[in-house]
Amino acid sequence: MAKIKGAIVVDTERCKGCNLCVVACPTDVIALNKLVNGKGFNPAFPENHGACIACMSCSLVCPDMCITVYRYKPQKETV
Amino acid sequence: MSENITPEEIIKKGTLVFEKTKLMTDAHLSYCPGCGHGVAHRITMEVLEEMGVGDQAIGIAPVGCSVLAYDFMNIDMQQAAHGRAPAVATGIKRLYPEKYVFTYQGDGDLAAIGTNETIHACNRGENIVIIFVNNGIYGMTGGQMAPTTLEGMVSSTSPYGRDLGMTGHPIKITEMLAMLPGVCYATRHAVHKPGLVRKTKKAIKKAFENQRDKKGTSIIEIVSNCNSGWKMTPVKSNEWLEENMLPVFPLGDIKG
Ligand SMILES: Cc1ncc(C[n+]2csc(CCOP(=O)(O)OP(=O)(O)O)c2C)c(N)n1
Ligand code: SF4
Ligand code: SF4
Ligand code: SF4
Repeated sequence: MAKIKGAIVVDTERCKGCNLCVVACPTDVIALNKLVNGKGFNPAFPENHGACIACMSCSLVCPDMCITVYRYKPQKETV
Repeated sequence: MSENITPEEIIKKGTLVFEKTKLMTDAHLSYCPGCGHGVAHRITMEVLEEMGVGDQAIGIAPVGCSVLAYDFMNIDMQQAAHGRAPAVATGIKRLYPEKYVFTYQGDGDLAAIGTNETIHACNRGENIVIIFVNNGIYGMTGGQMAPTTLEGMVSSTSPYGRDLGMTGHPIKITEMLAMLPGVCYATRHAVHKPGLVRKTKKAIKKAFENQRDKKGTSIIEIVSNCNSGWKMTPVKSNEWLEENMLPVFPLGDIKG
């Protein structure tokens, strides 16, 4: 079975660095940036992006609607 | 090889599974980092979008941190005087019985200054939805004690912790309202975990369906955080909520 892969896009300027998405992600994809955004917050970013499984946990708990999630299901490959 | 697909390729070729609903404006929310109000707003708007009734919905914003909900919810909105949202919703719903009318209120708004309006709207069985965000404190004004503040909980007006002998017990107003025949659905939820967000959204959907089917008043309590008022980080406040709020305000259906 081809594994589902995911990717996220974080709206860095909306982000308030609350850390809730970091804690919610089951595969430890997200971290907070050491650099700050225009509001002075440390925004979330997908540090370990390859581990994303498109479960949407991060986007569900994000109070500021910063995270967009994409899902990709690789086609079955024939040998 | 698909196994090595890059995030950029996933974004290009993959399916979009989550984005901000169009029924929320692009305005940045005025709430503190990690505040549950944002999730409560978003899922309410997601439900209206999924039901396809955004253009038939009228929301009543309260006084409290969510006083500016009309800037964030991209639907028709009316702001009410402190605690009066259920009375304003009554008038609007009676004038426009086919619209989807809801109030969005904090615990100070709904269970302190607005107790009267809340109880009587529910007792009349007004065909409205009440979204009630209970964070156990007056957030907007700087963290004063609310009727919902827990025993021993420190707030700016209970600096040594809430004393039940002096100020009474945390009020379980949703249970009280559930006793009224006009209330068809009373339920308590939370939004600090992904699974709970999904459940809360289902409850909000059921509430609006009740309104469509003219069943009476539906009240959805959302136990939420106020990390500024509680003086905790957002993550810590959600842990505190789970350990301290939920035993007093247990999640689940109370009626309907
Ligand atoms: C008539 C009136 N009385 C008092 C106030 C002050 N006031 C503003 S918000 C608020 C409490 C809000 O608390 P809550 O409803 O719990 O909402 P939160 O800010 O926690 O989301 C109070 C007492 C007011 N604006 N109007
Ligand atoms: S979609 Fe799931 S796996 Fe991907 S970053 Fe968000 S929480 Fe983590
Ligand atoms: S939950 Fe949202 S606002 Fe909070 S850090 Fe993550 S992306 Fe930023
Ligand atoms: S004061 Fe409390 S309720 Fe108000 S926005 Fe901040 S965290 Fe949310």
